[in-house]
Formats: sequence, C-alpha cells, structure tokens
Amino acid sequence: MATVTYDKASRIYPGSERPAVNELNLEIGDVEFLVLVGPSGCGKSTSLRMLAGLEDVDRGRILINEKDVTHLPPKSRDIAMVFQNYALYPHMTVYENMAFALKLRKTPKSEIDRAVKEAAALLQLEEYLSRKPKALSGGQRQRVAMGRAIVRQPQVFLMDEPLSNLDAKLRVQTRSQIASLQAKLGVTTVYVTHDQVEAMTMGHRVAVMLDGVLQQVDTPRALYDTPGNVFVAGFMGSPAMNIKTVPLNETGAHFGALNIPLTREQVAAAREGGDGKVTVGFRPEAADVVGESADALPIVVDLVEDLGSDANVYGHADLPGGSERFVVRTERRNMPHMGETVYIRPQTTALHVFNAGSGIRI
Amino acid sequence: MFTTATTTSQKILQMGAAILLFAAVIGLILFIAGRFTGKRDRAVAALYLAPTVLMLSVGLLYPGLRTIYQSFFDASLKNFIGFDNYVTILSDSEQLTVLRNTAFWVLVTPFVATGVGLLYAILVDKARMESFAKALIFLPMSISFVAAGVIWKFMYEYRPNQGTVKQIGFVNQIIVWLGGEPQQLLIDSPLNTFLLIAVMVWIQAGFAMTVLSAAIKAIPDDIVEAARLDGVGPWGMFRFVTLPAIRPAVIVVVTTIAIGTLKVFDIVQTMTGGRFDTSVIANEFYSQTFRSDNRGLGAALAVVLFILVIPIVVYNIRQLRRSEA
Repeated sequence: MATVTYDKASRIYPGSERPAVNELNLEIGDVEFLVLVGPSGCGKSTSLRMLAGLEDVDRGRILINEKDVTHLPPKSRDIAMVFQNYALYPHMTVYENMAFALKLRKTPKSEIDRAVKEAAALLQLEEYLSRKPKALSGGQRQRVAMGRAIVRQPQVFLMDEPLSNLDAKLRVQTRSQIASLQAKLGVTTVYVTHDQVEAMTMGHRVAVMLDGVLQQVDTPRALYDTPGNVFVAGFMGSPAMNIKTVPLNETGAHFGALNIPLTREQVAAAREGGDGKVTVGFRPEAADVVGESADALPIVVDLVEDLGSDANVYGHADLPGGSERFVVRTERRNMPHMGETVYIRPQTTALHVFNAGSGIRI
Repeated sequence: MFTTATTTSQKILQMGAAILLFAAVIGLILFIAGRFTGKRDRAVAALYLAPTVLMLSVGLLYPGLRTIYQSFFDASLKNFIGFDNYVTILSDSEQLTVLRNTAFWVLVTPFVATGVGLLYAILVDKARMESFAKALIFLPMSISFVAAGVIWKFMYEYRPNQGTVKQIGFVNQIIVWLGGEPQQLLIDSPLNTFLLIAVMVWIQAGFAMTVLSAAIKAIPDDIVEAARLDGVGPWGMFRFVTLPAIRPAVIVVVTTIAIGTLKVFDIVQTMTGGRFDTSVIANEFYSQTFRSDNRGLGAALAVVLFILVIPIVVYNIRQLRRSEA
C-alpha cells in the first residue's frame, strides 16, 4: 500500500544549534512494521512527528509512496496517529471519536457506521461505543485510539509510545495484539518506543537513534547479533551487554590476567585510533561459569536476580584499570550466592569487538 | 474611647485596640479549639464556623430579612402597605424603564463581553507579544468602576458645534472628523444605556479573556494535534475541540459577569446619575432610599435585585462544582 522515505530529513528547533533530527535517511517498505527506538531526547518522536506533519522539516524531504509530502499539512498525508496519551476527544463518545475523521470527510453515514462497527468488533469495543473516554480504563482508551486510526484506513499508521501508559501485564498483551493487528490489516507502520524489548518483539526492522542521528537499521536479530557500534550494542538487550575498554596486545584483549584472543585483522583494525586499547563486549548469556581457572575472569557476586527460568548474576572484577561490573546469565541450578567468587569465560565465538576510539564494530 | 475618636492619635489608639481585640478573639478560639482536638470533631468544626456564621448573620442575614420586611412599608416605614411597592415597580412607567434598562444590561453585557474576550483570547493565543496584548485588554479590570465612568464620560463629552469651540470628547471628535454633527450622546434613550453598557464591556472583556485564555491553554496539545490529523480546519478546531473543552469556563464567565452587571451602580451613578432614562435597579434603589427618602420602595427594589441574582448565583456555583469534578 505505501512506502515511506526519509531523505536527509533534518529538524532544527529555533534557537538550538544541534539538530533534533540530523539528516535522517530511512526507507520503510510497504506493509513493514518499523520501530524507532532510542533513549529520551534521541529524536525518535520528532522523526515521527515530521512524518505526521506536526513538526517542520527544516532540511531534506519526506516521501510517502514516492510522493513528496514535506510541506503538506497533516490532513493531506493520509496517515493516522496513535498518541501516547491517546488524545481522545473527551466530550465525544467512543463511537463519535472513531467516526470523527470520516464525518469531516463527509463520508456517507451508513459507511461510517459500517467502518466504526467493524473496527469496534476487531478491538472488542462494541459494548463501549456509547461511553465517553472518561468512563473507560487505560487499556480500553488505548484500543479506542487504535480504532480511531484503523477506521480511517490510512496509508501509514504512526504510533508514538502507545503502550507506555499501560501496566506491565497489559503492555505485553497489547504488544502482541498490535503486532498481529498490523499483520492482519497490512498497513505500513512506524512505531516509536524507548523500550528495546518492545522494539525487538514488534518490529520487522528496528531503527536505533541517538542524539538525532540514526545509528543502525536492521532486523531485531541482526541488531542483537551484530550491533554496528558500541551504543547499539549497549542499548539492545536486557540485561545490557558487558562492554569494557581494555588494553590491546598482539594477540588479543587484556582482561587482567585473562587474555581474550582476537584475530590478526581485529587487532590491526583496533590499533587504528584506538590508542592501544580495544572495546570488547559479550552478552550475559555468552559467557560460561567455569571452575577456578587461570584463563577465566574471577568475579565477586554482588547480586543474583532469580528470574524463575534462569538467573542474572551481577558482580565485579578487579581489573588493572579499576573495578568493573559484569553480568552473566546462569542456569538456575548453578546460581551462586552473594559474596561468592565465580569464574567466567566469555565464549570467543560470540564476542563483539569495537574500535576504542570510534566505537565502530570491527 | 470606642465611640468617638476626634484626634489622629485617638484614632490610631482605637485601631490598635481593635487589632488587639481581634487577635485576642482569634487566640481564644484557637486555644479552645486546641483543647477539643481529637475529642469531639463536631465541636471543633462548630467553633471554627462560629465567627463566619456570626458575621454572616449580623452582616447579611439580618439586614436581608429587615430589608424584606421594610419593603412592605411606605416611605416613612411606619404604615404597612402590603405589596404596593412591588406593584409600583411593575407598573409605574419610570420603574418600568428601570426594569427595561436592567434587562438591556443583563442581556447584552455578559454575552458581548464574553464574546469579545473569547475572540481576543483565541486571536492572541501563541501569538508574538501575547502577554503584552493580553495586558492591554486586562488593564481596564484594575480600574475602579467610578474611574472608568469618569474616563468614559470624557470620551462621550459633548461641545456644541459653534465657531472656535473644540470637542474634548474622543467619540464626538471622531464624529466631527468624519464630517458629522457632534451629539449629546448621553441624553438620547435608549442609546445612552448602550453607551454605558459599552463601559462595562470594556471592563469585563479583560476578565473574560483571562479566564478563557487559561482554559484554552489547558487543552492538551495532543488533542489539538489529533484533530489536525483528523482533518479539521480552523473553524472546526474551534467548534469541535476548543469550544467543548472550554464550555464550563464560558458558562462561569457569562454568569459571573451577569451577576456583576445586575448589581451595576457605579457606572450609571457617575456618568448620568440615572437621569435621561438610564437608571438601573441598583441605582434606583440608591436614589429612592437616600435621595427621594422613599425607604419602602428602595427596600422593595433591593429585594427585586436579590431575587433576580439568586438563580444566576445558583447556576454559577453548580457549574463551578461541575467543572471542578
């Protein structure tokens, strides 16, 4: 139905030097579910609002379906948006809220009625149609906001953190509902969240942003397995990846007594601008807890999180540069106690190596 | 010492004594209330309410009841005449003019003032120099009605159009500039009443603008944005988003101005003194009571005013409560 293209789109707020969104280049395919993710202030919401037409595009272009919409008003872009606080019209009933856009377009009454009823059935809102938003729960309001977007049959759905006002359980439930709804309706969707779990679970592709700059766009799996830089590596995944900048030698990286071997190419690439150091990361699940051994890292356990299925072990190790914190995932039956010393050995096949100067993946 | 004070020092002494007395009473109340704390909440509440109840009864209830009582007596307040004063108000041609003028005031002022205030609030919202523009409209609020009356009396001032005589009134000067004959603006009824109403609108529009502007700013941004995405234009935004959201504030503003307008006295008193068929109930009540010495009729006028204000006050309070809920 529709593709979306950001072509070097920038947004510079008046009175600010640094662009809120800096030359964003992004291609979103037809029927794709793209998630924009990043910490607060990274420009993800601004990017979405630029696409909606609620925010000016100072430089560059935005295309919907190959058509330049950069300077079109929001209503001419054929998009629908779900807001974080739902933004329902408080004086209108659920039915009127959903019908409003169609009514403004002078759609015949019978057609409006059909569209609203259909969306209400899809979202299990039939019994609430005559209620005002005030008389609904948070989850129901969220569904009305979705319904209002669906009824319009837009080319693109925009969602700005639509789940952040729901409680944890409902959020997980709604997460899968939105994903399956999108698959069923087949409408191109751009979804903004700060929650990397939402990004990983919902997006066909995920775009990670920081300080107004797009860091990496890829499938959730690729982002997790081969993060392009240190920021993406640290942002995606929970608990976060263990990322340490340590001294580099001919054969590998020095974690105190433990030498983590690197290939000759990796060493060469790390040398450039690395100032004799290299940044090495490994995910909590990519390290083995082994018996006392010279080629393993001794870690004093500070905290053990029992997750039921497995456990996260937080601890610190004394490295030459000072005390460093680590986290590893263990099976539950191997759970150590607080204060104990365990020995961990990162799996060399699952290492992430970055240039210490530029932070770029080697 | 408490009855007559002639010299300045005596007056200051008297004031000091009054302040001490006030402090002593409050201290006593707090002391007694403190002893009851935790034991009997009702007693404490009653104690705190007592001063208010006392003052309301002495200052409002008693005079109110006494005024109602007096309204059934003649000018001397000696002979009971039943409803004759009310019959006079509803039949005497002069009194009917008073009622007509009051009706003009109440029907025109609240709506025009609110309309002007609302239009202005929408126009300056998020505009450059918004606070300056708002201050211009709000300033008249800070002027007393009497001062406003004096100012506008000059605005409407008339000088005959002869030879070297120059107009000093702004309005007549404009008429002359436009090639017209200067008018004795405050003489012609019912035009003069509307010219007085304009003064009230000038004062109250600022109040309306301030309250409505605050209400407009309280509308969440995302609802406005959602409406823009849904495709509403400027008029639709007002009709479907702004107006429903500020409806309670509009009602409170209209009724508040209506109450103030019903009681208008100062403007009429300073600008025409109620002559040339411009009198309104409050002004007539004053004239009858203190000028014509017809206390019975004055009391009856006060009662009529009271009866007219009550329903608006009730409605106003209910709306306030609803908007707070």
